Amino acid sequence: MQLTNRAKVLEKKPMTLAERAYLPAIFQGLSITMRHFFMKKATVRYPEEVRPFSNTFRGLHVLKRDEQGRERCTACGLCAVACPAEAITMVAGERKKGEEGLYREEKYAISYEINMLRCIFCGLCEEACPKAAVYLQPDKMAPPRYERDEFIYGKDRLVEPVSPDERSVRGIQLTSDQATTLRARIG
Amino acid sequence: MIELPALGWQSIVIFVVFALSLLIATYCTYAERVIAAFLQDRVGPDRAGPYGLAQPLADAVKMFTKEEFFPGGANKALFVFGPCLAMITALMSSAVIPFGNIMNFGNNLFFLQGIEVNIGMLWVFGVVSLGVYGVMIGGWASNNKFSLLGAIRAASQNISYELAMGMALIAVLMISGTLSLREITLQQSAPGEWYMWNIVKQPLGFLIFLVCAFAETNRTPFDLPECETELVGGYHTEYSSMKLGLYLFSEYVNIFVVSAVMSVLYFGGFNFPFQYELRDWFVSSQGWELASAQNLITLLGTVGLFLKIFAFIFFFMWIRWTLPRFRYDQLMRLGWTILIPLAVFNIVLTGGLILAGVI
Repeated sequence: MQLTNRAKVLEKKPMTLAERAYLPAIFQGLSITMRHFFMKKATVRYPEEVRPFSNTFRGLHVLKRDEQGRERCTACGLCAVACPAEAITMVAGERKKGEEGLYREEKYAISYEINMLRCIFCGLCEEACPKAAVYLQPDKMAPPRYERDEFIYGKDRLVEPVSPDERSVRGIQLTSDQATTLRARIG
Repeated sequence: MIELPALGWQSIVIFVVFALSLLIATYCTYAERVIAAFLQDRVGPDRAGPYGLAQPLADAVKMFTKEEFFPGGANKALFVFGPCLAMITALMSSAVIPFGNIMNFGNNLFFLQGIEVNIGMLWVFGVVSLGVYGVMIGGWASNNKFSLLGAIRAASQNISYELAMGMALIAVLMISGTLSLREITLQQSAPGEWYMWNIVKQPLGFLIFLVCAFAETNRTPFDLPECETELVGGYHTEYSSMKLGLYLFSEYVNIFVVSAVMSVLYFGGFNFPFQYELRDWFVSSQGWELASAQNLITLLGTVGLFLKIFAFIFFFMWIRWTLPRFRYDQLMRLGWTILIPLAVFNIVLTGGLILAGVI
């Protein structure tokens, strides 16, 4: 039964002397591999060399502050509800007197945790947030770590630093300990 | 006229050759990975040290710290003896290779060679043939079907290709009339005739020798004794730790030795183009003594020989990452029905050319 007319009839001709000698084919193969020897390599040497991210890349989360450096998050829980991977948990608390410079509204998140192993980086938390507090940064991702619990990011690693130089340059979010040692080394 | 080299000098040379073989074999493992990577558009190991140059050290540490495993029912003594024999024979064969011409220190003449014997080529052949016992004993003592199959393949392959290799060599011996590797080298160094290396007189013989060298060292496309796709690991399936390391190492030492033999037999050994002109230029224009000029030429020749050897080693790796493995019956057919008749034809052809006075 003929399904298409693209069938190609292969004739099995007897091999010529050059083909039977096998050496021309070997030299052809050798020249191909030698050409690849001098070609540009496809490897990206990762930690030293990072591929450019897309502008719409959804990477590591950040909890934003407002213009006066107050945390925007009010622990309403809409992001946790929107999250399809159930990666976000939080504990809400009431703002005490004298904390008005720290939190923008009367209610704030005492703890806010995202499990980066569960997160699928879909960005639905960002869309759900009514306070424009949680964003997925286009230039950072969660770096590899040895322990699973190190992937549960708390407020220490999520909240935007007050001074921008605490941000890491290599596109990897530092832990607060790492940021401290790095700052000490830079001096 | 030539004094016998002192025993002390000989042991120094042998020690240096021994250390060099090991060093080159060590860095062959690194070169193999880097060349493989480059041929496949990758960059290869580059994390340990600058350009990954400490990688062999890291590998050695890994090898030594791995579990020392003995399979149940294995003959322990032979199981240990196998890799040792493979390594010993691989290292022994480099003793007779002339790595350089004569050095002259205050009228004392020294060979840059372990032992100068008039049966040098036979020594290399004999010792390399012994090498297959290391593979056979190791494969047999493992008490494993895959190992045994690999060992049997190694034995039959080595026997088959040794015949063609020997016959290709006979044609060289017909031209040179000696088995001494130093003599064969010196015959390729007639002043003003540097282009008359044996490769010019023996192109077909060299081709046969090269193919057989691949089979003798168990390299791709003839690495059937250890082909992973069929035999797990072949003769070293059951080996772990440094015993496996010795097998892998002996393979690279063998490549080094075979490359050296091919350079000596066909590519003029330690001779290089215009060596006499260069020596005479140092004597006449620079006012050097003849002895020191000769010493410099000898050292340059040694460097040249090692460049030739490295080129061959690169060629071995280049082939390995280009050609797929032969099927077992194809291997046997190539050996018995193509290479051996070709080698016989080459002998007849060489004889005819010698009679005709061409070479």
